[in-house]
Amino acid sequence: MALGLRPGMALAHATALVPGLVVLDGQPGADADALRRLAAWCHRYAPLTAPDPPDGVWLDVTGCAHLFRGEAALLDALAERFMRDGLHVRSAIADTPGAAHAVARHRAKPPGAQDAAAPAGADRAAAPPSRDGTVVPPGAHRDALAPLPIVALRLAAELVSTLRRLGLERVAHLERLPRAALVRRFGPQVALRLDQAHGRVHEPILPLVPEELLQHRVTFLEPLLTAEALSVAVQHLVAPLCARMEGAGLGARRLDLLFERVDGGVQAIRIGTGRPSRDAKHLSRMLEERLEEVDPGLGVEAMRLVIPLAEPLGWRQDAAGPATPDVSALVDRLSNRLGAAQVFRAEPVESDVPERSVRLVPALARHGGIGWPSRWPAPVRLLHPPQPVEALAALPDSAPAAFTWRRHRHRIRHADGPERIHAEWWVRDKEMWAVRDYFRVEDGDGARFWLFRRGDGVDPATGALEWFLHGLF
Amino acid sequence: MEQIQYAPPRSALPCLGSLRAEVARIERSAPRPGLPALSFGIPLLDGALPGGGLRVDALHEVMGVGPDLQHAAAAARFAAGILARRPGPVLWVLERADLFAPGLASAGLHPDRVIFARAGRDGLLAMEEGLRHRGLAGVVLELSGPLSLTASRRLHLAAEATGVMALVLRRPWHAGEAPDGTTAAATRWQVSALPSGPLLPHAPGVSGLGRVRWRLDLLRCRGGRPGRWDVEGCDAQGHLGLVPALANGPAAAAA
Repeated sequence: MALGLRPGMALAHATALVPGLVVLDGQPGADADALRRLAAWCHRYAPLTAPDPPDGVWLDVTGCAHLFRGEAALLDALAERFMRDGLHVRSAIADTPGAAHAVARHRAKPPGAQDAAAPAGADRAAAPPSRDGTVVPPGAHRDALAPLPIVALRLAAELVSTLRRLGLERVAHLERLPRAALVRRFGPQVALRLDQAHGRVHEPILPLVPEELLQHRVTFLEPLLTAEALSVAVQHLVAPLCARMEGAGLGARRLDLLFERVDGGVQAIRIGTGRPSRDAKHLSRMLEERLEEVDPGLGVEAMRLVIPLAEPLGWRQDAAGPATPDVSALVDRLSNRLGAAQVFRAEPVESDVPERSVRLVPALARHGGIGWPSRWPAPVRLLHPPQPVEALAALPDSAPAAFTWRRHRHRIRHADGPERIHAEWWVRDKEMWAVRDYFRVEDGDGARFWLFRRGDGVDPATGALEWFLHGLF
Repeated sequence: MEQIQYAPPRSALPCLGSLRAEVARIERSAPRPGLPALSFGIPLLDGALPGGGLRVDALHEVMGVGPDLQHAAAAARFAAGILARRPGPVLWVLERADLFAPGLASAGLHPDRVIFARAGRDGLLAMEEGLRHRGLAGVVLELSGPLSLTASRRLHLAAEATGVMALVLRRPWHAGEAPDGTTAAATRWQVSALPSGPLLPHAPGVSGLGRVRWRLDLLRCRGGRPGRWDVEGCDAQGHLGLVPALANGPAAAAA
């Protein structure tokens, strides 16, 4: 692109521009296969993926965003992963596949092409913007589509040139025209694409499910409509798959449940586990909790349970004595409900600075091996950030006689300290000489506080002698 | 007319004991046989609680008082001390991010045993999820909103079914809104700080901080009576202590 070449240019023109250009014959068949494999690979990000020829992939990320801490984070993760293989991608998330396709290709962004669509009804909260992709907020696809060129609507080339000759350059121009006139003059294609992009007509993505994955499909004589019927069907799906996993010595780490509706649409829910599991009760319980996100429409005529990620799980031997209870099932259920980032353990960090001395780790991670330091009694509550207080103290080592916090004055009866903490000069330059002197104090009512003073009272470079309240006992 | 003196026949006396047990079981005020209550180790306190201690398969409420109502620091330490003495992992459901894990360690609850869950508004759901998991020592929920009778009953029933202790730490957003509605909790505690004694009892002049002292108010108790006790706060193993002056003197006053 930097050399001035454009797709659609004549070969002679291109070789004239760039002498020594290497020319290879295009292989559309091989390209299509590669795109299918790419769509299958994207399965780890969303349960429903399909290729969008000639150069894109659809992903239906409804209900998956929370597993990646938000849609923008999902797009960033995708872009980064492709970058490692040398592929630049352009991505977008929108309420309809048409809008996502349009925004991904025709917004002013770095080159590549890949789009993701989350159909209306998905629960999407406002998220920080993504670095490489575009997230169209729910319901705002109309505004996002308006300034795009009509080529973004996936119309045939002749139709596009006809429209442009008539001065219709942008999607907004087309939207403004009366619908009947549009159909009469240009045929049904234009109106259909407009409706699909705006979500007035549903465009189902036909998902590609790789054959080699463990899966089980069940069809129903009559379409199912109620949640109870669906949950019974879930149990009928989970049981045989768990038996197959047992035979193969595997446990599931990720499960996708696909609902094939009467009107051709496919919906999916995805659950994950922290450790491989083939416990039918646990897995069907987690699937049933997510059933209310599914809209059965006119009825569900088939259901398919796919296991995109399975790991070896050997036979478990019952331990001879009382074993520590296995909390992985509880962590799985909480993570699927609240999001994996909201369930965690605390681990110590080797740092004297209290707010840096604790690190949050995933709940099922192994212990890091660092023990908790046994220092002075620590407060149960730590305030972020430490709150400034006014205190009266004799320098350099005495505890304050009184301090004022939130306009309430506390007279101090007993105190302990100071405990001197040197700041970590390797973390920030500003902290080169800073020290904090911590005091545990008790006021007249018996309430205990953790105060610190910045500076040692002798050298002004160590701090300006401000007092802060850091914790409550 | 001769007076008929009625005396229960000898054979009826054992029936009385089993009848009492049956009534207690129906009222659900006594703990399940096989699940002994968690005693505090202080006879005055344990004597006032039905079953001689905190019922393990029940919901209990704890809150702070006055300026500590929002932060519930002493209440959190009290809860940590209770669960420190039960075996098994603990689920602590948070709403705000101000809990400091080493503080739990100083109350005897080692942070490696604790799974934290930041649940926001889904705190009650997360707690119920934890209560259904047999094998936990207990679940603590820090709740700033109201706790309805129905919700508390659900939690209590879930705790009864599995024997996992449920502790709700009430910490409203504003200092003036002390929670006082009816709930299905077995006990409701209020923990407030008291001025502590000298660090070294035999040398009162030495400056320093002695063991913290609390006033425990039992506001409500199913099957027992409210009371008030002045105790020494949790030590490194989670045990409360009797204030030294009272340890040797007459009983602490009950409200």
